[in-house]
Amino acid sequence: MSAATSPGDFRRPDTLALAHMWVAFSLFAVGTLLGLYQLLERAGMVPASARTYYGSMTLHGVVEAFVLTTFFIVGFGYFVTATSLGRAVRWPRLAWIGFGTMLLGTVVAALSIVSGNASVLYTFYPPQIAHWTFYAGAALLLVGSIPWIVITLAMQVRWKKENPGRPIPLSQFGMASCAILWAWTMVGVVVEVVFQLLPASIGLTQTIDVGLARALFAWTLHPIVYFWLIPAYVGLYTIVPKAAGGYLFSDEMGRIVFVMLLVFSLPIGLHHVFVDPEQAAGWKLAHALGTFLVALPTLLTGFTVTASLETAGRLRGGRNLFGWIRTLPWGEPVALGGILAVVTLLPGGFGGLVNASYAMDAMVHNTQWITAHFHLIFGGTAVTVYFAIAYYLWPRLTGRALYSRRMAAAQLWLWFSGMLALTLPWHYLGILWMPRRIAWAPFDPQIVARWRPYSLAMLVGGTMLVLSGLMFVANLLLTHRNRNAAADREMVYAETMEPVVSVPALLNGFTTWNWLLVVLMAMAWAYPIGQFFFMDVHKTLVWGVK
Amino acid sequence: MHIHPLEKRWAAISLLLVGTLGGLIVYTAVAMSIHPPSNVEAIDSTRLHLTPEFSEENLGVKREKDGTVVARVVMARFMVVPHEITVPAGVPIVLRVATPDVVHGLHVAGTNIGTQVVPGYVSQVRTTIDFASVARIGVRNADGSVTVPLFCNEFCGLGHQSMWGRVIVTPK
Ligand SMILES: [Cu+2]
Ligand SMILES: [Cu+2]
Repeated sequence: MSAATSPGDFRRPDTLALAHMWVAFSLFAVGTLLGLYQLLERAGMVPASARTYYGSMTLHGVVEAFVLTTFFIVGFGYFVTATSLGRAVRWPRLAWIGFGTMLLGTVVAALSIVSGNASVLYTFYPPQIAHWTFYAGAALLLVGSIPWIVITLAMQVRWKKENPGRPIPLSQFGMASCAILWAWTMVGVVVEVVFQLLPASIGLTQTIDVGLARALFAWTLHPIVYFWLIPAYVGLYTIVPKAAGGYLFSDEMGRIVFVMLLVFSLPIGLHHVFVDPEQAAGWKLAHALGTFLVALPTLLTGFTVTASLETAGRLRGGRNLFGWIRTLPWGEPVALGGILAVVTLLPGGFGGLVNASYAMDAMVHNTQWITAHFHLIFGGTAVTVYFAIAYYLWPRLTGRALYSRRMAAAQLWLWFSGMLALTLPWHYLGILWMPRRIAWAPFDPQIVARWRPYSLAMLVGGTMLVLSGLMFVANLLLTHRNRNAAADREMVYAETMEPVVSVPALLNGFTTWNWLLVVLMAMAWAYPIGQFFFMDVHKTLVWGVK
Repeated sequence: MHIHPLEKRWAAISLLLVGTLGGLIVYTAVAMSIHPPSNVEAIDSTRLHLTPEFSEENLGVKREKDGTVVARVVMARFMVVPHEITVPAGVPIVLRVATPDVVHGLHVAGTNIGTQVVPGYVSQVRTTIDFASVARIGVRNADGSVTVPLFCNEFCGLGHQSMWGRVIVTPK
């Protein structure tokens, strides 16, 4: 079913994909160094400076959460859509304009942060207001990703018209759900930036409705995590089983999962403001229940990906209940990345359930537990699959064999163990009430002494991660100059155990789901956002950041 | 359309798991009324010092006419006012917190007191402090009470880390 495509079959967007991913991965490496600096500063090993610390933290967050992700996803997305549908990217010039816009936005925002005028962290909660260039840069990064949404969906619509009744390839179905999710997701933060933060930052308004801003940001804050995660799931479903030498266990379950991720992850953002005073308990409870639903697609994914890996292990001679685990291709970087990502999903998902637990959130809210949690689930699961995808794509994009498979496998193990070494003590610091986002700890020695051993342990994990990140980038860089040509440049996706001949219309498009989302989003947000327009709100004065 | 029987079984198990967890939350919320702080009470934060409730002389811990213990705290860049409050363990207490400037967070070690403090709103936490759990991590004082730190846990500017106070908990 999956059509193999070589660069010559049509104008495959290899350069477009490489350009996006190189921006993503080079800034990713810079970002890990910032993370290590922050650990050292908190441990008292470099001179303490709040200005440098919070500036660094803002840049670290913006680079890893917004730049790495958006550039990687858009680049990977173009490549998946083109190779899954077997045709060139439509409107390639528009795609490059989008790339340029995103790059410009990144540079502007980065300069704004480095100049010390935008130390508002990557969540930029008002009424603290950064220099306007920070918001302008962020807006350009967002706007520059819109062409990708348009192109991804336009290509799918045309393909469907030309292939009536045929199932959209799962890889494309997943990326289309990601594009639609991204369109819905950005609405909240775009409205906040354009109507509240930009006007305040250029001095047009002196006051701001903080409750409204927090609700709009919460609209975006949950689904954006799934914008980062869906491409990783696309990799787990359609690339990892192939690289492991097995089959995808079930195509249909994959479709159900992508639909669920889209529909369930959007109307639940109030869980980010569980302990906010301006939202009522009933609405928080409703969003809490929705949050539990979004655990479903991840539980299903864990099963299907494990079952797919099992087919690979058994084909390679694995017997008995667990014998197939031993025979998995542990030295194959793409498969290894997939395996480690799924393993990381277990502790990461557990932490997520704790945070989602309504009143229990008050115990861990804004402690180090939260930062530990999202580093584990994002850095541990999503980014590990980004690595695996890169190892799969680089020979195909460059025509050169991967510089070193052994180095790649070592890099993945180092990342996996470094991430655990970093985040396990980090979670515990949160349970010991250590607040997140503090440049140092000027509190009573009793409590600080309790934190010390865990802060030092984190340093070990952080160092491993920086090393691993540099190994990853070096391997990709050296691949470009490798004398050995790639075995082949064909892009192939995993085949399903049983061929997929037809799927119900509901699992072959998104129209119905979009209408359902209109209803769900209205139900979930009309009151929590609308209340600020009819209740007696006192606007707040705007505060600078210096 | 084809879903493997094993996958169906796993989907059922997953649904059961998610349903149980969600059910537990609804149960604790409805039957035991355990909620996060959510009182939706607006206040003009630009005139906070002029409101009778959050004027300077009214801050700190008071026993109201009906017997409840109420602690009123203002969180402002980068201090907690008053810096130290004394509350009893084992009895229901109410914390009312407001800010004249930006968003802060209030978290008291050893307790389940945790709330965002958002300009324009009064945050309110109702709880009963368990003496044993604060005693486990706090500093013991000569009179038998225990001191635990109170942190700001929302980034509020370059002095954020310096924004903290103390809660002295007296045994029942
Ligand atoms: Cu969320
Ligand atoms: Cu603070």
